[in-house]
Amino acid sequence: MSDASLHQASTAQPGEGGFGDFFALLKPRVMVLVVFTALVGLLAAPVALHPVEALAAILFIAVGGGAAGALNMWWESDIDALMRRTRRRPIPAGKVTRDEAFAFGITLAAFAVVMLWLATNALAAAILAFTIFFYVVIYTVGLKRWTPQNIVIGGAAGAFPPMIGWAAATGTVSIESVLMFALIFMWTPPHFWALALFMRGDYDGAGVPMLTVTHGRKSTRLHILVYTVLLALMAVGAAFTGIGGPVYLIVALVFNALFLRDAVAIWRRDEDMAEADDYRVEKRAFRLSLWYLFAHFTAILAEAALAGLGLGGLGFGGWA
Amino acid sequence: MSFREEHELHKRRFGRNLGLGLVLAGFVALVFGLTIAKVSNEDFSVPTQQGEGN
Repeated sequence: MSDASLHQASTAQPGEGGFGDFFALLKPRVMVLVVFTALVGLLAAPVALHPVEALAAILFIAVGGGAAGALNMWWESDIDALMRRTRRRPIPAGKVTRDEAFAFGITLAAFAVVMLWLATNALAAAILAFTIFFYVVIYTVGLKRWTPQNIVIGGAAGAFPPMIGWAAATGTVSIESVLMFALIFMWTPPHFWALALFMRGDYDGAGVPMLTVTHGRKSTRLHILVYTVLLALMAVGAAFTGIGGPVYLIVALVFNALFLRDAVAIWRRDEDMAEADDYRVEKRAFRLSLWYLFAHFTAILAEAALAGLGLGGLGFGGWA
Repeated sequence: MSFREEHELHKRRFGRNLGLGLVLAGFVALVFGLTIAKVSNEDFSVPTQQGEGN
């Protein structure tokens, strides 16, 4: 798409967006992660919700997350138009106006918080409200274009859903839900920095101070390794807490070993090696990181199910 | 009597309105289900007005 056609397309007329365009504003792919981790938080909690209440809770958490995504797209439509990865989003593509996206996002955000409160409790709604505020105001508006640590801090927003799910079921915040938060929080930086390494040029052109731009790619590779080591320590250590157990330990050992292998390989490579094989290792690490999170949260869910059947711990004294 | 040819815009609007209608219908069903779930809860009790008769 040329700059001229991009400019032409971006002059959207109000009220012309289709249903799918508004749905795309909710960042459905991110929503999958939100729904899955919130569901694990909710199901791993020691208090069982009525299935309809659980369904409503997950739905409203997803809508709240989607609303934050719409507000993020509203604010970032200028840089979205500059990046290959984001230029087909509804606002830069000229399907939805900025004002429509803002109205859509802010209305859905308020709706999701109030409905989650009515469906479950005030604490879950308060954490959801804080998550939306954190993602939109602290991360998107405040930090993303200001500090190369944007991914580290922004990762907190994506880490809240299991905590909200847990709070929806129990009405409390506990060490287990904080551990689930910490798992996603520590996972986010290496996940996104791996992406930033092979999506080269995108962030540079948009002027977003990603670590790859401000500190260079060599430093980014080191950062990935350091964060992956810290993540591995935390993830394996969590096996010996209330959310862990033998199933979780096996999963954590396997996936952290694989992730560490890739992190070390990324650290040992330079740009010439990466370009020679089209960022094969970086892409592999990024794909693995998606499976990594899915596997850990599935294991947490499995441990909760085993505990429910009276099989929690399986002789590993002191667990759960 | 002649009808205007349907424009792509009309199809898009119809799709949006249909989608919104289905979402709203789903929301009504969800609120109904939530209400049933909450009043079926053993802990549920109808709030009584404090200080009644004072």
